[in-house]
Formats: sequence, C-alpha cells, structure tokens
Amino acid sequence: MNILDIIINSLSTGGTYAMIALGYTMVYGIAKMLNFAHGDIIMVGAYTMLVCINRIPYTTKLGNMVADMLVKQCGLEEKVAANITVIAFGIISLIIAVIVCMLLGMIVEKLAYKPLRGASPLAVLITAIGVSYLLQSAAQIIFGPNQQNVPVGDFGKSKLFGVEISNYLIITLVVSVVVMVGLTLFIKLTRTGRAMVAVSEDKGAAQLMGINVNAIITLTFAIGSALAALAAYFTLIKNVGITNNMGAMPGIKAFTAAVIGGIGSVPGAMVGGILLGVIETVATKIPVIAPYKDAISFLVLVIILLVKPSGLLGKKRREKV
Amino acid sequence: MALLEVKDLEVNYGVIRALKGINFHVNKGEIVTLIGANGAGKTTTMQSVIGLIPIKSGHVVYNDQDITKTPCHKLVNLGMSQVPEGRRIFQELTVYENLMMGAYSIKKNDTFKDDIEMVYKRFPRLEERKSQIASTLSGGEQQMLAMGRALMSHPDILLLDEPSMGLSPLLVTEIFDIIQEINKEGTTILLVEQNAKKALSIADRAYVLETGSIVLEGDAKEMMNNDDIKKAYLGE
Repeated sequence: MNILDIIINSLSTGGTYAMIALGYTMVYGIAKMLNFAHGDIIMVGAYTMLVCINRIPYTTKLGNMVADMLVKQCGLEEKVAANITVIAFGIISLIIAVIVCMLLGMIVEKLAYKPLRGASPLAVLITAIGVSYLLQSAAQIIFGPNQQNVPVGDFGKSKLFGVEISNYLIITLVVSVVVMVGLTLFIKLTRTGRAMVAVSEDKGAAQLMGINVNAIITLTFAIGSALAALAAYFTLIKNVGITNNMGAMPGIKAFTAAVIGGIGSVPGAMVGGILLGVIETVATKIPVIAPYKDAISFLVLVIILLVKPSGLLGKKRREKV
Repeated sequence: MALLEVKDLEVNYGVIRALKGINFHVNKGEIVTLIGANGAGKTTTMQSVIGLIPIKSGHVVYNDQDITKTPCHKLVNLGMSQVPEGRRIFQELTVYENLMMGAYSIKKNDTFKDDIEMVYKRFPRLEERKSQIASTLSGGEQQMLAMGRALMSHPDILLLDEPSMGLSPLLVTEIFDIIQEINKEGTTILLVEQNAKKALSIADRAYVLETGSIVLEGDAKEMMNNDDIKKAYLGE
C-alpha cells in the first residue's frame, strides 16, 4: 500500500464516477428529471464496443493485417504490434460507441421523456426506470446473460516515484480531468453553454430570449450519453467483463455522487464523483471495512444529506419579488 | 395600422376559463395598456400572446402574420420581446451575461457592443454592477436588468408585464419615464399594469380586463376621467 498508489486509484475511480454523475446532474439541471436509464447507456456503450471489436467478421482479419504491416514495415515485435492494433481498434470503437450512445440518448429523450414534459415527476421517473429495464432486457436478448470480455489492449505500467502504477489509471484520470475542464469551459464560455444555464434556471424566460429549449434538452442528453460511453471505455480498460446489468451499480453510485455534490450542479458532480472515488478506494485498502465499501459510500450520502440537504455545492434558490 | 392584433383569444386553465375570447390591438408606435385587478387575466394574456402558455382558440396576428402557433423562441426574431412578470432574470448569471442572453436570438451580432452601451446609458446602475451576479441586485435594479435584457434583441414591440411590481413610488416613476423614452425612440409598447393610474398616465389607449373579458376600451386620457374607472381602479 502506497500513498501515491491510493491517490491515483482514488482519482481515476472518482473520475469515472464523475463522468457518469455529470450525465445525471446535467439532465436533472436542465430537464428537471432523474434519468435512471443513464447507467444503462454505459452498458450500451460497452456492448457497442463489443460488437465493433468482436462481432464484426472483418475486424479480426483487418486487425491481423494491420498488425502484420506494423511488424513488417516498422520492425515491431509481434506482441507489441498486436497490442498497438488492439488499442487502436479500441479507440476507434470508443468513437463509434460515443456516437451510438449520443444517438440513443437523444432517441430515448424524444420517444420516452419528451411526451411527458409537464407530466408529474413520478410518471417521468417510472418511465426512466422502464427504459432502464427495456435496455437491459434488450441487451440480454441480443447478447445473452453471460459475462463477456472486450479486449481494448494492455496499456502497461509506469514507475512513478518508485511506485508501479498501471497506465490505464493515469489515462482514466487525465482523460476525465480534460473532459471536466472542457465541459466547464464550454458551459462558462460558449453561447450554447450559457443558454444551458439559462434553461436550467427558467425555461420560460429562456424561451423569451429566443432559446430553443427542446434543442438544449436534446443536446444535454447527447452530452450526458457521450460521457457515459467514455465511462464504458474506462470500465473495459480495467479488463472487467461486461454484462447486461453492468450499468446499474455504477449508475447508482454516480447518482449518489451527483446528489452528494448537489444535483443539478456541474462542479458538484465532479466533486461528488471524486469524493466517492476517494472513499471507496480508501475503504478497499482497509481490510476490516473493505467488504462494506458500497455501504460506506451510501452512508456518506446519508450523512451529507443530513447535514446539507442540498448537497455540497447545491444551492438553495433565493427568490426576490 | 395594427402591429399586434389579438382576436377572440380564449385560454383555459383546466376547467377554469381564464380568458373568455378577448379582442384588442396595438398600433405601431403606440403605448397600449391593459389594466385590471388581480386575477383578471392580464398575465395570462401576455403569456398566451407570446406563446408561453397554450391557447384554446383565437388568433394572434403580428405584422400581418398569424403567430398563434409559432413557438415562443421564434418570436424574438420577429421583433417581439417580453419583460415577464416578476422580472425572471437569470439569477445565477452576471448582469452582463443576462444582457448577453437578451441578444441570444441575434446569431451574427455586429452591434452587440453598441447595444450593451445603449442599455448601460439608459440604466447606468447596470454598468456599475455589470460583473455582479444578478441575484444580488435590488428589486429596482432587477427590473432595469429585465428591461435592458429585453431591449438587447432590438424589439419592434416590447411587452411589459407589471413593471411596477414591488417597487417604491419613486422607482416606479423612474421606470415609467424610461418606458416613455423607449416608446419615443420608436418601440411600440404593450403594458400590463395593476397600477392603473401610472399606466393610464403614459398610455395612448387602454383596455380594462375583468375576469377574463375586456369590459372597456378607449383613449387613456378619457379613461382617467371615467367615473367607474376612477372608483374601481384609481381609488378616487
């Protein structure tokens, strides 16, 4: 056990949670609904990559060709060439998964949630749970109930200050930080980003400004779903097998993170995600409480909600007449 | 020539008929006011004209174009701008960003700098507070911001819903002076007000709304001398 190891592990787990939590919090902030099908978008992302990598007949042939070429042209070792090819295919399939998830998010919003705009929050919530089961069952019918592996390559290990750290942790960490900074800048600096803030605050007033509220909501679902696809890649990179309900637990955890940070708040989701990553990683390193790591995450949620019901960075609206 | 014309407008809230088929029009260059007591349907009229709440029947015609079914967000581009009841400024954004949102509908905006200068000139207090978060403004400043924000889209007609709400008499006078100024510079104004005295004093024509129907219409100055109006709305 080493402190640097714990820090990197915490931050990369937290980064993954933050990616998912952002989807929850942005959709909540703008459409004022809890999209409980969000976790399952991760699953769809993972299966999309599975299809791209394992199920399309020509990918293996193409992969072998590329690897051969790398060996012949660049003089690489066979093993290295194969690994590079797998990584490259993984990244290409990630891009495809991002596109598929964005489209799926927009379609789900259009078909399931848009007709319910203005309906009671409970109806929307139940619909979201229905969409969640629909996606899970569809995946089970198509891909079967068994766990499957999707190879996305071995990223190796580095030595940092004398400690061996898996590179995939560093990649997860760096990518999530870049995405979080990018998203923050997008919201803060662009016209569309400011429009998102305006819509989350007051849909009517936003319409009076000429903002197309429906378009902004669709965009929000697209962004959230793209981040979910990224989270799916972060799961595959750890070499964890995928199942049709793989999105459920990270989904609930990330939702917890979003609530801890203050649901609706973008920086809140980031802080909540990272915090949850830290708590979980530290918990797994202490043998006595390690089996209860999930319970501990939820305990933290309960405590924070008791002390500050609006979450760490959530704000209570002050109204002035 | 009527710039805005409302024909047989009916709006329901569930089983309650909020507007029972009202007719009114606003000519180019006028200040027209819609006065009435609480719950008469003034804000409902404003919100249904701009498409924020669904209309049951009737028509809204703007510039010879039927806009009854046009979505709210497209009306700004046609030159309609509303200062909603209760200001509804974006509390989490700064004063400057609120004004920026006001110009959202103009995609390629070459005059943005001039426009914002124009708003600052009209409301100097907004310039002093431009980087302040809007929720920290006082009620009067929030009203100024809401009006400034609405002006950023170069409206041909400005719809003002209860601009005097919650303001001190001195501020009300200031705001109404500014409304007159805006009108003199060529913007047509539809003003909804509970403060009938103030509204009639600056308006050209007026309509009186009572429980969802227009019961009286006419010249604003004449209306000020109407005994019924005096009794019911002017407290004399």
